[in-house]
Amino acid sequence: MASLKDMRVRIASTKATQKITKAMQMVAASKLRRAQTAAEAARPYAEKMDAVISNIATAAAGSPGAPALLAGTGNDQVHLLLVCTGERGLSGAFNSSIVRLARERALSLIAQGKEVKFFCVGRKGYEQLRRQFDRQIVEHLDLKSVRQLGFINAEDIARKVLARFDAGEFDVCTLFYSRFKSVISQIPTAQQIIPLVVEAPAANAGPSTSYEYEPEEDEILTRLLPRNLAVQIFRALLENNASFYGAQMSAMDNATRNAGDMIRKQTLIYNRTRQAQITKELIEIISGAEAL
Amino acid sequence: MATFHFDLVSPEKLSFSGEVDQVDVPGVEGDFGVLAGHAPVVAAVRPGILTITSGGTHQKMIVLGGLAEMSEKGLTVLADVATSIQDIDRAQFAETIAEMEAKLAEKEGTELDHAIERLDHFKSIEHQLSSTAMH
Repeated sequence: MASLKDMRVRIASTKATQKITKAMQMVAASKLRRAQTAAEAARPYAEKMDAVISNIATAAAGSPGAPALLAGTGNDQVHLLLVCTGERGLSGAFNSSIVRLARERALSLIAQGKEVKFFCVGRKGYEQLRRQFDRQIVEHLDLKSVRQLGFINAEDIARKVLARFDAGEFDVCTLFYSRFKSVISQIPTAQQIIPLVVEAPAANAGPSTSYEYEPEEDEILTRLLPRNLAVQIFRALLENNASFYGAQMSAMDNATRNAGDMIRKQTLIYNRTRQAQITKELIEIISGAEAL
Repeated sequence: MATFHFDLVSPEKLSFSGEVDQVDVPGVEGDFGVLAGHAPVVAAVRPGILTITSGGTHQKMIVLGGLAEMSEKGLTVLADVATSIQDIDRAQFAETIAEMEAKLAEKEGTELDHAIERLDHFKSIEHQLSSTAMH
């Protein structure tokens, strides 16, 4: 049986933990707001980009001279999985759910006899994947020193992916990240970015505008496709960032509540033990007095 | 004068959105002005200065490459970077140019051509900046 002093120490330490988790929750909440605004600010650009690309690409996709970024290499033997995770933990299942999705995809691809390569963005994903796929990880990148996610970070990643694509190191590239739906719900998502999947324009969209192109269509396309890659990655990073803080916020909220429960239970036990001890002492005194 | 809707978006934010009279866009194949009712066009944008005219006032924005799309809904410019001319940090801009010049030596072939082309665009922006500063 723990002594009363031990119990007091334990309660105090649980209280300290609760203070920390509470503080982390509040920090995450304020950072979440900023991340959410950033993700929303990036949306118009990405949406417009999508619209323009799908407009041009549907026309160009059928033609034999379509760029490899759109039409693919004609193979799907080697897959590159671009896994974006957070830099830090203490965020519930955020990192592991992205990693789990990527791992499942990788295993099913391997089972089909394909070759799989990983490009990890973020420390946590790298650490988790390294255990199983150490040899397949071709590159990993930490964004730890990055304070404010900028487009430049996404461009940097896109450039590295493109360099590998141009060198013929892979045929298909899939991006893994967590889509931010709400504070309590983040959805791990896989999105194929090379070759680009163009959504067919909705049938009820009416006749599409016929544009004039300046310079030529395919030249615009060759400029646009690498840029679109960076935009998609940027969007994934921002969504990821918002998801991370959302996940951390709800994880810390849970932790704070659990700590509160625990403090209540421990205090109850402490008080019972203390009263039992007092009663015991009283009985001893009274029976001692009676014996006289 | 008829107005049309204009959006200037960069990956990080929506820099401008509203009804305007005219927009002058620095296209890859030369500058062009867009008025209401312009034919639908998709054009690549080079680094340069974009001028927005609305209600008799001019607003100049520096865009560093991108894409312009004109449709019946209006004009959208997807700029890699879009900064208002008042907000730009001249010293930093000059620094970027110096940096690009220094990097030229490492490049070769078509990459060198692209780098020189880009540098020229940047220099012309700088030139325009210093000349517009007078008035």
